[in-house]
Amino acid sequence: MSNLLTMTGKELRSHFVSPIAYAVMAFFLVLSGFFFATAVLFSQDSSLRYVFSDMSILLLLIVPLITMRLVAEEKKSGTIELLLTAPLRDGEVVLGKFLAALVFLGVMLAVTGYYALLIWIFGKPDWGAIISGYLGTMLLGAAYLSLGLFTSSLTQNQIIAGALGFALLMLFFLISWVADFTGPQFSGVVRYLGFTDHFDDFTKGVIDLKDAVFYISVVAVSLLLTVRVLESRRWK
Amino acid sequence: MIEVEKLTKYYGPKAALIDASFTVKKGEIVGLIGLNGAGKTTAMRILTGYMPPTSGKARVASYDVVEKSLEVRKRMGYMPESTPLYTDMSVRDYLTFMGRIKGIDRRSIRHRVDDVMKKTATTSYSNNLIGTLSKGYRQRVGLAQALIHDPDVLILDEPTVGLDPQQVHEVRKLIKDLAGKHTVILSSHILSEISMICSHVIIIHEGRIIAAGAPGSLSRGNTVRMVVRGPERDVRMKLGAVDKVVKVGCKSVESGLGTFDVDCAPGADVRERLAHAVASNGWGLLELSSGGISLEEEFLALVKKEVRI
Repeated sequence: MSNLLTMTGKELRSHFVSPIAYAVMAFFLVLSGFFFATAVLFSQDSSLRYVFSDMSILLLLIVPLITMRLVAEEKKSGTIELLLTAPLRDGEVVLGKFLAALVFLGVMLAVTGYYALLIWIFGKPDWGAIISGYLGTMLLGAAYLSLGLFTSSLTQNQIIAGALGFALLMLFFLISWVADFTGPQFSGVVRYLGFTDHFDDFTKGVIDLKDAVFYISVVAVSLLLTVRVLESRRWK
Repeated sequence: MIEVEKLTKYYGPKAALIDASFTVKKGEIVGLIGLNGAGKTTAMRILTGYMPPTSGKARVASYDVVEKSLEVRKRMGYMPESTPLYTDMSVRDYLTFMGRIKGIDRRSIRHRVDDVMKKTATTSYSNNLIGTLSKGYRQRVGLAQALIHDPDVLILDEPTVGLDPQQVHEVRKLIKDLAGKHTVILSSHILSEISMICSHVIIIHEGRIIAAGAPGSLSRGNTVRMVVRGPERDVRMKLGAVDKVVKVGCKSVESGLGTFDVDCAPGADVRERLAHAVASNGWGLLELSSGGISLEEEFLALVKKEVRI
């Protein structure tokens, strides 16, 4: 446990000293702020429903930028060799990196909390929908982050890790489109794999355990795969 | 402390290490020496548990490096080749992090970090970012990191590569001071370095251990080297006739100056008689040195011999 905390702390530190993190955060806040302003202005809607939908697309672009260096950079510089020969489990390394990225995402989303504050000052916010929206965005973000972390472990080139991560996220994001062409026997499965269908309920204020389980499963599988990739050097 | 039995490692079809066996006693400093690509790093990576051997066994402090990897890693300090470090961390933060993941608790970590910084003379840089340090100081931080949890075994992969002569001298001294308390394996392709620091040398060539022993035992026994001005054949004959001389070899003859290697019976000191033999024949003695052939020549000879086979 203490190992995990140490690992998370170190990763968190490296997020916040890196200029990439601030650029990414600024990019996210400017665009989501723009979407918030236009959504409130034109829809006169006091839920943050549209903002959350926009965020889910923004995160698609941003998460690979956050995750691409996580493992790839350590592979390139060789520091991974020190981590993996310290008395740490591979799982602790991966989980520490994931948790730190999740905290970073949490901080970024927390800054957008002033949207809700503004609505509260000037109107009547639907707190239930806002809380479930944030919960859904965090879950979706966690799934994105875990996939990004996985692609980062595959290569020592950050650009390749980022591009691969983006492609993988796009695939999961757009896969439900395919459901229109597949026969009825497959469309259910394909639709289930898509990220967006599970997300929509959260933005409407519905917390469905089924959806939460979906995202958590994606996280679990991705992290497990990442651990396996790190372990693969031990295969004979 | 370290037992290695028939270690073999293949990368795909290519063998990096073949049937390597050796043991290291507690407190020894052992040098792995070999040309680039000889298998030094592979051997070290197996010992640190970074990757498993294809076959064979290795034990550190009687723990198997594959099955009891975590136990081994707790007792091991490792400095990989080219000393990878987190360049965006300060020396203190970095050492604190490395110490914590190696199991030092929160209360004693500060003290330990101060201690290793003192030992490696990095205290005055404790708040500098590692990225701003010179190569020599990075090397020290890498060494400090390996020492932080006071490990029984230290594995240092080419610890002096890329340093200036002053730094090389200091790092060597540092390593030498570690002997006795820690068991050290280091690798190098500089022979003089190994013979200076190590109590034991293992020569690796193309994945095989081709020689092992104390640096002295590797240089060819009791040999006297002489440079004599005189006819080669006569000199050889006269020197060979001296009591206790086993064999006289002529290394080279250049403008009348012959370089001779005179092998003597173990323990015999015949230098005076050799000098007399030269002088009494009216030849010129320009040089006479004992101590045999340097490790460097021996190493190159061993490598060459191996290649010929």
